[in-house]
Amino acid sequence: MDKVYPVIDEAIADIKDGAMIAIPGFFAAGVPRALLQAVIKKGTRDLTLTCGCGPLLGAADELRALVNNGQLKKVIDSYGLFRSASKGMQDPFECAVRAGEIELEVYPMGTMAEKYRAGGAGIAAFYTPTGVGSVVEESIITNIETNRVPKETRVIDGKEFVLEYALKPDYAFVHAHTGDREGNLRYAKTARNFNHVMATAARVTIAEVENLVEAGELVGDDVHTPGIYVHRMVKVPRPRFTITID
Amino acid sequence: MSQRAKLKGLSRELIALRVANELEDGTYVNLGIGIPTLISDWIEGRDIVLQSEIGMLKTGPLATSDDVDQDLINASCQPVTELPGSSYFDISESFGMIRGGHIDVAVMGALQINGRGDYAGWSNPARGLFVGNIGGSMDLCAGAKKLFIAMEHTTREGEYKVVKELSYPATAMGMVSMLFTDLAVIRITPEGMVLEEVASGLTPKDIQAVTEPKLIISPELKEMQL
Repeated sequence: MDKVYPVIDEAIADIKDGAMIAIPGFFAAGVPRALLQAVIKKGTRDLTLTCGCGPLLGAADELRALVNNGQLKKVIDSYGLFRSASKGMQDPFECAVRAGEIELEVYPMGTMAEKYRAGGAGIAAFYTPTGVGSVVEESIITNIETNRVPKETRVIDGKEFVLEYALKPDYAFVHAHTGDREGNLRYAKTARNFNHVMATAARVTIAEVENLVEAGELVGDDVHTPGIYVHRMVKVPRPRFTITID
Repeated sequence: MSQRAKLKGLSRELIALRVANELEDGTYVNLGIGIPTLISDWIEGRDIVLQSEIGMLKTGPLATSDDVDQDLINASCQPVTELPGSSYFDISESFGMIRGGHIDVAVMGALQINGRGDYAGWSNPARGLFVGNIGGSMDLCAGAKKLFIAMEHTTREGEYKVVKELSYPATAMGMVSMLFTDLAVIRITPEGMVLEEVASGLTPKDIQAVTEPKLIISPELKEMQL
């Protein structure tokens, strides 16, 4: 099963306006920058980008382009804003969130991780202790007031838990260090972060790989994401970026 | 909140050192963004394993310009290094480890804390946004066996951060066991906040003046040792 697309634009050609795309990366590490750039170039609109921990802060140029082109409808993340309030006031994304032009929906990071894990593993929802005692247990946290849907809680063995739902994006863009033509992926160090779990959750997973090898060259024991989760692949150059979120 | 003169206490680096001295060998520890991150500078060579929620155990010291690897950062987005015995894992594994009760101590920063061990850190209402950066803080509070707070005792303007009631949105309720600031070390007990240590040159009265809840003075009160 050869999953490699020679041209990145062809690998994302079917992504339509309104699509929900999972974007892995933990701040600067493991962000699928080439695929983001391709979707910026394609001009797809009304996108919902579901993240985990600030990949769009780590890929600030791509975020700026998506906002300035009016391509974003919504972002879901645990850490989507600049730490510094003064920097945030000048950030086009935060300005659009303040104006209600882009929705920002927020969850604890472990809840984000588990939403993808559940989505990829056939679990509809799960009870987590995270967020109990905070506003997170009361409703969905979003800047759009009418979307603050109340959450259910339940006491199990004397302890309170919050019900959170699985997330199944239309697409996942993932960034891997090495992939073989059949879609087996291996990530590098902390660039792994949300890549694997997002690959399992999406209907269509598109992987950009820094190193493309033949089947058999990536040893089975070294595979982090088995090819069953990966539908399309593109070879990309090793990205160059500054490691910062400021 | 009243305006108060700012007392001279420890630097951020020395607050981190005081917390480092509290950590026991043979423990797995997670450090939050801000002052907690600085603790890593003080535990080199000790038998303490740092878990970074990005997906790493045994996180090494910060990388210098020569050994920066763009695929190797900590949860504060700083380039770090490996140590013999370091391991990597994916994010759902990382948070399973956190929620599942395997982390001995989490050290977090805070905007406000009260005498019941409730604290606020994820959203400053002054920013005027209902949404904020939660990151991994609430998961760590839910799962770590002990939760320490390391922060400056007051705001830059001298306002209370150690308060009777949180006015900022809570991160977690009743989970904090110890508070380390530039001025004092305070233990959170069922009876309230017990002042255990004061910074050199300060008195319990000085600490109470910048602390809204009434402090219980420990019979073993001492000067902070670094």
